[in-house]
Amino acid sequence: MLVQQRGSSSSVPPLDDTSRPQYLGTKCDWTESIEFRTHVVSEGFPVYRVLNRDGKPIVPSEDPQLSEQVLLKMYNGMTLLNSMDRILYESQRQGRISFYMTNFGEEGTHFGSAAALDNNDLIYGQYREAGVLVWRDYPLAQFMGQCYGNELDDCKGRGMPVHYGSDKHNFVTISSPLATQMPQAVGSAYAFKLAQKKNCVVCYFGEGAASEGDAHAALNFAATLDCPVIFFCRNNGYAISTPAHEQYKGDGIVARGPGYGIASIRVDGNDVLAVYNVTKAARQIAVEECKPVLIEAMTYRIGHHSTSDDSSAYRSVDEVRSWDRNDHPITRFRNYLVHRGIWDDAKEEQWKNETKKQIMQAFARAEKLKKPPVKYMFTDVYRQMPDSLQEQWELMRQHLQQYKEHYPLSSFKELPDGE
Amino acid sequence: MSLTSLRFTVRALLRKKVSPRKLRWEQVASSCEVQKRSAGHFTFVPDTPSSSDGETARLNLYQAITNALDLTLSNDPTAVIFGEDVAFGGVFRCTVGLQEKYGKHRVFNTPLCEQGIAGFGIGMAVAGATAVAEMQFADYIYPAFDQLVNEAAKYRYRSGGLFNCGGLTVRAPCGAVGHGALYHSQSPEAFFAHVPGLRIVMPRGPIQAKGLLRACVQNQDPCIFFEPKILYRLAVEQVPVKDYALPLDKAQVLQEGDDITLLGWGTQVHVLREVAQMVQDKLNASCELIDLCTLMPWDKETVANSVRKTGRLLVAHEAPLTAGLGAEIAASIQEECFLSLEAPVQRVTGFDTPFPHIFEPFYLPDKWRCFDAIKKMMNY
Repeated sequence: MLVQQRGSSSSVPPLDDTSRPQYLGTKCDWTESIEFRTHVVSEGFPVYRVLNRDGKPIVPSEDPQLSEQVLLKMYNGMTLLNSMDRILYESQRQGRISFYMTNFGEEGTHFGSAAALDNNDLIYGQYREAGVLVWRDYPLAQFMGQCYGNELDDCKGRGMPVHYGSDKHNFVTISSPLATQMPQAVGSAYAFKLAQKKNCVVCYFGEGAASEGDAHAALNFAATLDCPVIFFCRNNGYAISTPAHEQYKGDGIVARGPGYGIASIRVDGNDVLAVYNVTKAARQIAVEECKPVLIEAMTYRIGHHSTSDDSSAYRSVDEVRSWDRNDHPITRFRNYLVHRGIWDDAKEEQWKNETKKQIMQAFARAEKLKKPPVKYMFTDVYRQMPDSLQEQWELMRQHLQQYKEHYPLSSFKELPDGE
Repeated sequence: MSLTSLRFTVRALLRKKVSPRKLRWEQVASSCEVQKRSAGHFTFVPDTPSSSDGETARLNLYQAITNALDLTLSNDPTAVIFGEDVAFGGVFRCTVGLQEKYGKHRVFNTPLCEQGIAGFGIGMAVAGATAVAEMQFADYIYPAFDQLVNEAAKYRYRSGGLFNCGGLTVRAPCGAVGHGALYHSQSPEAFFAHVPGLRIVMPRGPIQAKGLLRACVQNQDPCIFFEPKILYRLAVEQVPVKDYALPLDKAQVLQEGDDITLLGWGTQVHVLREVAQMVQDKLNASCELIDLCTLMPWDKETVANSVRKTGRLLVAHEAPLTAGLGAEIAASIQEECFLSLEAPVQRVTGFDTPFPHIFEPFYLPDKWRCFDAIKKMMNY
């Protein structure tokens, strides 16, 4: 739903025309009756879907008819992510990594959207979008490396686990402060527009993050500056313990879009093909019309918020179980693939064993690898280390020489020659 | 007339279709009058460009900024300038003519939202463009504090160097202006100096403003460039016409002396220059005057070398005393120069109060307060 463009100031009629209001801040009509308006929640934005819960297309023409290769890549990625989540979640429970956040129940939003994008479209995420990286073939060793902060970690061991990033995969490094990536994504999209790149920027965020001031900033800037950016909201019902009904009073996030003049749509986030179709259409608007689009994917956070959270403290186990059993994106998509005749139980079994083996191998290796050299605590603060930091590193180096037995130096790599 | 009311007058007159040229001269004349009355706490002494700098033009500080921005846009096709009201030339005239020259895509207004401006600028820089963002007043930079502190400053570090926003420069008018009260007078540099990853810069005049701003724009770290707004029209110098950048990691020794080191930045440098003369005349002592120029990372070597020679250090800044940048400098210098110091390091600064309206003459670390502190230091 594209809101009508405001006319330029030169087309504003003279003030003596009283047939319509002439205020500069709006285009509208007069009324002589008092009518306050509020959104009617029962008549909210409809949820676009392609598949029913059994994985059958409801309207056959809406099936995007993706190739077997693409479909299997999506499914394999979703299940690989699911297995990795289980193993890393357990490893945190055992104290082997310090922190983890699973993606349970939201795999459909990641793979449906990522598959509809060009790999050169730049991604800004929140933290629960690891599937986008899986789709872009980010190696397991690097996922693990980041969680362990070992020498394979692209972030040199500086960030908490799951704060992934890769320039090669056009996935901007995740940071913890919520919604900060939103106006940044808009800025990158503006730079893409200036450079006349035929790419867009995609910005993922949760419905909780959408309450931040930066979300408002981003939507308004994207609209007024005509930026090729897709805002992709994962509305999973909770921000940690806060249910969506304590987060906002309107019709979710999508209803805000038209208020900013942004084309907006709501989609079933557990229907990977629906997410695919919507993202593909959004990308076309963003890239070809140079306009922002807002997608709200409705889903449910099946896992705990993070390993530091026990979600049974604020929601029932039955509620979680119901989503897991009755409306899971992986199950629905598997049913679709089985109907298409490209997947069966034997393939499932084989793939599960294979991925588990791959993940366990990467996991075992990640645990054995050393952490980056201690000097990397001081580098990259600025492009070049200023004198003050050189001085602090030198003091630390001397201190470590004298007190080495009190520090875990044996798990850290030596500095390469010349550094 | 306050600077903000000037802005509204400009808009009101524009609506009446007064020609911008006429408007500008009327407003310049009246606001200069106001500034003359209120700028009594210092005297601007122009720098002399060296003969090797080539051709020069007589520019005030805002014109030197415009010149630096003009060079930025003409030399770098990815460069853009944005913020609140920059399109018509800016409320301080720093961007006059740039939109006409470079187009609406490169010089444009944003919605009125500082966190958006900072975040947007970071994003442009992440995508490899050069982003020069304007905060209308340094007093209004705080909504962007999260973006600047948690995001801009940490981008390169947290990504292991894979991503950075080094192409971002944030400009913000700062400092006392005679009548700016709480929200048009602030000097927030110390808040940002506590943040590893940012470069904080403040010029004292047009020659420096141009060279340091060009350096900030070219530098591959995010920079915050604070412009002392009282100098915008008042500070006039012969500024080299050529494109040049001044080093970001160097303080400048403006005057050599033997008895005491005076350290300041921005407008305060001009206060200290007068103080040095008073000290010479009344106390027969010679002052070494240093402009810190880059406030973070700051040039400890130049300051320490000076203090080893003079044995005394006075740091003066407009911002409040407690946890101001003077505290960092005093602590570092006493550590570095303990055996050379003949008196405790003194800080003459704004008081630990909000910046007041009618009490501004009593609030500022003016030449008399600096002089008195020096007198006590010399007799210590």
